[in-house]
Amino acid sequence: MNWQWVTKRVLQALFTIYLVISFTFVLIRQLPGGPADYIRAQLIGSGTLSAQERERLDSLVQTYVNINPDKPLHEQYIEYMASTLQADLGQSVWHNEPVIDLIAEALPWTLFVMMTAILLSFSLGITFGALMAYTEGSRFDMGLSTTLSLFNSIPYYIVGILAVYILAYQYGWFPTSGHHSYSVTPGFNIDFIVDIFYHAALPVLSIVVTGAGGRALGMRGNSVRVMGEDYIRVAELRGLSSRRIALHYVGRNAILPMYTNFMIAIGFLFGGAVILEQIFAYRGVGLLLFESIGTRDYPLMMGSFLVITIAVVLAILIADLTYGKLDPRISAGGAR
Amino acid sequence: MSSPERDVNSTSPFNTVADIEATRSDRYRRLFKSNVVAPLRILITDPRGAFGLATLLTYVLAGTIGVWLIPYPENSSTILMGAFESTEHILGTNRYGADLFGLIVHATPAMLKMIAGGAVFTIIIATAVGTLSGYKGGRTDGLLMLITDSVIAIPGLPLIIVLGVIVQPTNPFVVGILISIPRWAGLARAIRSEVLSLREQSFVEASRINGLSTPTVIRRELVPNLMPFITINFVNASRGVIFGSVALYFLFILPEPDFLNWGVMMNRAYSSTGALYTWETAHWLIFPMIAIIWLSFGLIMLGQAADRIFNPRLRARHAQPDEVND
Repeated sequence: MNWQWVTKRVLQALFTIYLVISFTFVLIRQLPGGPADYIRAQLIGSGTLSAQERERLDSLVQTYVNINPDKPLHEQYIEYMASTLQADLGQSVWHNEPVIDLIAEALPWTLFVMMTAILLSFSLGITFGALMAYTEGSRFDMGLSTTLSLFNSIPYYIVGILAVYILAYQYGWFPTSGHHSYSVTPGFNIDFIVDIFYHAALPVLSIVVTGAGGRALGMRGNSVRVMGEDYIRVAELRGLSSRRIALHYVGRNAILPMYTNFMIAIGFLFGGAVILEQIFAYRGVGLLLFESIGTRDYPLMMGSFLVITIAVVLAILIADLTYGKLDPRISAGGAR
Repeated sequence: MSSPERDVNSTSPFNTVADIEATRSDRYRRLFKSNVVAPLRILITDPRGAFGLATLLTYVLAGTIGVWLIPYPENSSTILMGAFESTEHILGTNRYGADLFGLIVHATPAMLKMIAGGAVFTIIIATAVGTLSGYKGGRTDGLLMLITDSVIAIPGLPLIIVLGVIVQPTNPFVVGILISIPRWAGLARAIRSEVLSLREQSFVEASRINGLSTPTVIRRELVPNLMPFITINFVNASRGVIFGSVALYFLFILPEPDFLNWGVMMNRAYSSTGALYTWETAHWLIFPMIAIIWLSFGLIMLGQAADRIFNPRLRARHAQPDEVND
């Protein structure tokens, strides 16, 4: 392991998180008529206040957004940072529950759907991409390339809307909302597991249909490029089995750029959770964020935004650090 | 370059200047010809490029001439007329009796404005950051890339949702810019690595040794050479604006616009009472989707064709352009 590089990556991730927390602070604190004022207005209703009431009000605002508007700005900032870093994201105005509790309940579902979708679209994409590269120029390759380009140009939410409209509402093959049916008991049993996959099927499908195509085309391009390299010719001349060449020479080198692609996909998909979870009424962090907009629940909005961002930053960091396992040049100290 | 210092009395051959002085407009005309006209000619020969250009042209025509030819849809006809049933309303009508084809056409100008605003914003910021960072190197590079990498890591959609809720933009150009805020970073990184290889080229080095200022070198030497690369990414940025704006309008996160939008249409069709339980509103939901997919597919084809033609590395290695889905 190249520790200098690891340290740099970790610091970079921490800096990003710091930047995002500061950004939410600015939004909550600074915008005229913004969240802090809004919450105060919500709490007061109308009428003038005595000094005592004001104080009480400020402490209430603080429980909601972790900002006490009467303190000097830098103190507000430090307090906000400190409480946010201790996972205290304030209190939801709408649900009247701590934001972190709401998110802790929703986050696993988002992770479950998104991870299933990412793994599925990448494994399908890589398989089909390799097949297409193997049969390059054939009718199979040309047909599939065009079809996949077309699929790739469809926004995932459009597939989501069509899926819920046609497969769930019209034909009733799939549930229209929720994590699982109420009839099954949550726990580690077959019925429950099958049921949650059944409920996650459509959101996962919308991502896979629109995403796998791009992965496959990427993989195809990489493989074709690698197959033109000299070392493949040399390997063939050395008489290595085609199986060995396909897996160890072409496969391994073609997958490398896919890994970077993977990291970008993480951010993209977690961001997309907001739309997908709304379409499928699937209660995850994205839906929390979406609902908080309708109810103008700023603490919940900022909290969900923070959690989604931090989840993505950490996921990218993990992916980045494990990249060295795939590409020995990284851990040997080469710059990317 | 435009006003070279010359010593009239000197006879040294080093002081000779070209007889014909290239004026600024000449130079721009040449740049336009080599960077816009010539590539377009090549693009048309590629079937994907031709398809992409035709698509783009169709939408631009719809957004400019189309809105003159086709009357603004009023809620006056029979409601929920099916598609292809009458010549008057070729795509049918919605629940309020407005012509769908008219709605789709009249949503185009605002979409084009959003694309223009967003894509131009992305390109300008990304080019500025990318070239400066790559050309300057050192501490400037370190700082700019620190920020860029952070922005890359922040998931775009939640960011623009939060910003959209707070800013509440109504002007299509501003909407486009807002949607593009998370997008410049990835492009800036890509441009930086292009510049890293360009700055070692002798003509850039010559300008540097001649003592030209950084902005001058960037404007005069780097940017023209990055043009093809930037053009390709203009296409990707446009696609991002389409996806983003439709999503935001579909979710009703932005304030209701005073212009038509495909996302707003989809939302109406999707959330009107009982719409999901019947097939009668299907065309109302599907036609705006087709408008989006067609434009997006056209842009992808254009991007692929452009990539294949302009990217010498790909051309040399005989490969399909790398598809980045984002």
